[in-house]
Amino acid sequence: MRTKGFAKHYYLMLLPGLIWLFIYNLFPMYGILTAFKDFNPGIGILKSPWIGLENFQYMFELDDSKLIFRNTIFIALAKMIANLIVPLIFALMLNEVKNRLFTRTVQTIVYLPHFLSWVIVAGMMLDIFSYNGPVNQILSSLGLGKSLFFADAHSFPALIVGSDVWKEFGFNAIIFFAALTSINPEMYEAAAIDGASQWKRLTRITLPSILPVAVLLATLSMGNILNAGFDQIFNLYNPTVYSTGDIIDTWVYRAGLIDMQYGLATAVGLLKSVVGLFLISLSYGLAYRFANYRIF
Amino acid sequence: MVTERSAVSKWFNGLNIVLLLVIMFMCLLPVWYTLSISLSDKAAASAGMVFLWPKGFTFGSYETIIHDGQFFRSFFISVQRVIYGAAISFFVILLMAYPLSKNGSDFRGRNVIMWILVFAMLFNGGLVPWYLTMKSLGMINSIWGLVLGGGLPVFNVILVMNYFRNMPKELEESALMDGAGPWRILFNIFLPLAMPVLATVLVFTIVYHWNEFFQALVLMNKSVHYPLQSYIRQVAVVIDPTKMDEESVKRASELSNQTLNAAKIFISMLPLLVIYPFLQKYFVKGITLGSVKG
Repeated sequence: MRTKGFAKHYYLMLLPGLIWLFIYNLFPMYGILTAFKDFNPGIGILKSPWIGLENFQYMFELDDSKLIFRNTIFIALAKMIANLIVPLIFALMLNEVKNRLFTRTVQTIVYLPHFLSWVIVAGMMLDIFSYNGPVNQILSSLGLGKSLFFADAHSFPALIVGSDVWKEFGFNAIIFFAALTSINPEMYEAAAIDGASQWKRLTRITLPSILPVAVLLATLSMGNILNAGFDQIFNLYNPTVYSTGDIIDTWVYRAGLIDMQYGLATAVGLLKSVVGLFLISLSYGLAYRFANYRIF
Repeated sequence: MVTERSAVSKWFNGLNIVLLLVIMFMCLLPVWYTLSISLSDKAAASAGMVFLWPKGFTFGSYETIIHDGQFFRSFFISVQRVIYGAAISFFVILLMAYPLSKNGSDFRGRNVIMWILVFAMLFNGGLVPWYLTMKSLGMINSIWGLVLGGGLPVFNVILVMNYFRNMPKELEESALMDGAGPWRILFNIFLPLAMPVLATVLVFTIVYHWNEFFQALVLMNKSVHYPLQSYIRQVAVVIDPTKMDEESVKRASELSNQTLNAAKIFISMLPLLVIYPFLQKYFVKGITLGSVKG
């Protein structure tokens, strides 16, 4: 192509984005130094004295750190599994309905919660599960005791996973719908002529056809094992459920911005970022190797 | 189309439809319940008498909001943020996606820049370094902290870039033959043809800026500067941990402004509910565009 001499124009086009990237994405990374320093806000990051790995050492001595890593991985893993299986089953169910108006109506409505912010969803959930809320009213009318759901460390993780599934299952199903429409309809016709039942067609044609997509999504989601969902938990948790609901990100927020332990919070956040980068690279690598999946 | 007439299939299909209807109503129920509460009498709501229909129907909560200056201030800040954020992101994304859609052989710097972008998407310094940087940039109490603070939306750049890469090569070649330069090619040829993906990206950006609540909690010293979601979190979501035993929870729920908060929550959902039917066709396309390939 005769694009000689275009390079300077290309760089000019990239300039605004690169400036934005440099100031707001890359420049903050220099603050990572805080993790290795005894940070004093009065004299700035560069002049604060080096302390090596002391912050990391202190982190491993804290009881909190074991707890938050365990909670994070547990909640994230439960979400990964639920957010794969529920949308898959839902997509398969909707795929069996042949009425276009019905399927489109259902799709429109189940995508909606994805677009609500966690502030809004948390506000609604806290209301519904409150002491005098409808869930407790139904329980007590059935003769069961009332429960303070979001203040109970036992039920908290389940409610977190449940409300996340409620918000995202429809949206997560989109990718399965796309995969389902790409199945060749002739396969179903041929199977029907051979006398395969509806159930047989589901298990022998539909499921194997979308299994690769499910495996790919599972692989890609592995990179998120340390992301238990800050926006959600931050809006739903309270000190009574820290033992099961406090995660790395919420802890870093409190340690860093409330208690002003800048160095320690940066160290924990850095550890999370590094492990996260490694896991995401690994999962993308696997997806590329085995499914030829590329983001660019 | 294959048709099925066996009795088992009929049962299965009937049950399937009933279950799907239940799932669909479960998605609407919380929204509907919030609306019912917001239109109910305060006492009836806190006594837990409201389910699917308002008890003691009143517009009282909405009348109170009309006199709530902070609610409107926050609403306006959110609108401002969405407009600035969407406009800036749109142009930056468009301008970046075009050169990055070139091959490494046509544009030498392309691959290096691409890797920097992906690195920035997957790795960040964490909350504290971000906060310290924003502070040193003078972004405290500034709307620009909210508009730009999230950083370059790399994922959206990649989405548009992939769309450009899948357009037929002949388009650009014939324009080059006619002597068009890169700016003309981008704005007169690529821009009109990329409307579907650009609309998708615009939708994602608008929803992101409308819903984002956390940055303001960190960057704003006073709640006068809060956008709507941060304001709603402050009034309706934060639970006071000291009031957690059963007796005080009962008392707190009697005192709390449940109906008023429900009305605030509902109003903040309203813009989204109104434009939602128009959004739908774009985001579905965008999701499938930007994912599973090859």
